[in-house]
Amino acid sequence: MKYLTSLFFLLIVSVASAQSEPEMADAMRANGKIYVVLGVALIAMVGLIIYLAILDKKVSKIKQSLEEK
Amino acid sequence: MLKNWWKILGVLLLVYTVYAGFMSEVPRMAILNETIRNLYFHVPMWFTMFTLFAISLYHSFKFLATNNIQYDSKAKEAINTGIVFGILGIITGSLWAKYTWGTWWTGDVKLNGSAITMLMYAAYIILRNSMDDEYKTGRIAAVYNIFAFVFMIVFIGILPRMTDSLHPGNGGNPAFGNYDLDDNMKLVFYPAVIGWIIIGLWIYQIKNKIAFIKTHQQNEISN
Repeated sequence: MKYLTSLFFLLIVSVASAQSEPEMADAMRANGKIYVVLGVALIAMVGLIIYLAILDKKVSKIKQSLEEK
Repeated sequence: MLKNWWKILGVLLLVYTVYAGFMSEVPRMAILNETIRNLYFHVPMWFTMFTLFAISLYHSFKFLATNNIQYDSKAKEAINTGIVFGILGIITGSLWAKYTWGTWWTGDVKLNGSAITMLMYAAYIILRNSMDDEYKTGRIAAVYNIFAFVFMIVFIGILPRMTDSLHPGNGGNPAFGNYDLDDNMKLVFYPAVIGWIIIGLWIYQIKNKIAFIKTHQQNEISN
């Protein structure tokens, strides 16, 4: 019974909140848009690391070709 | 792929560090405010520099013991890579200082100590370039490297602890004693240090490969 009432209460609350404010994809705008900064920092870092991996591959190939000679 | 597992680990740790560095809970402190998060990005630069210089020291000892020129090359590349991280440490620290201590640079012991350290290692590069004979260069550079490492420990490890310093934990206490209390910060700080050290080692490995190619080229020309 207690479980049922709480479920009912939750339903009312969710309906009430849905009416007061339209639901939007706001995750990126939460906390003063800090997630946007996080995204930019992650893209820059991951981009540089991918670049480093490509450089590593290129240099390793040249080294291997020299070792085989 | 399997032999590069440590690089993947380093990348994962760094991505986690950036995410947690921005989003995790940090202690609320006056003056520092959110800049306390710089601990995750500024301090690992110095840890990475120290690790690379220690690797260089190891190879310098190895060169003196074996007279194998490959060890000398490795010692040199480790210092080249370490200096980059040291410069990044100084620049990030300077920016942090501007907004917490109010100035880009002060006469703080640890700041001057790190500046002297950078100059000492820059002198290592100049010393190498001033000589022709590669074995002679290697021996002198190796001996200089041992001195430089000892002085680095004195300048950034010992002297700041003996006098008052603006850096937290200095003036008698072990470094970052203030933060040690906060377990949340440790959970981001230690992965950050390990992640940046791995990236430093990765760059060092690439530099070693380039050095190998260069010597190979020179040998071909001289033959």
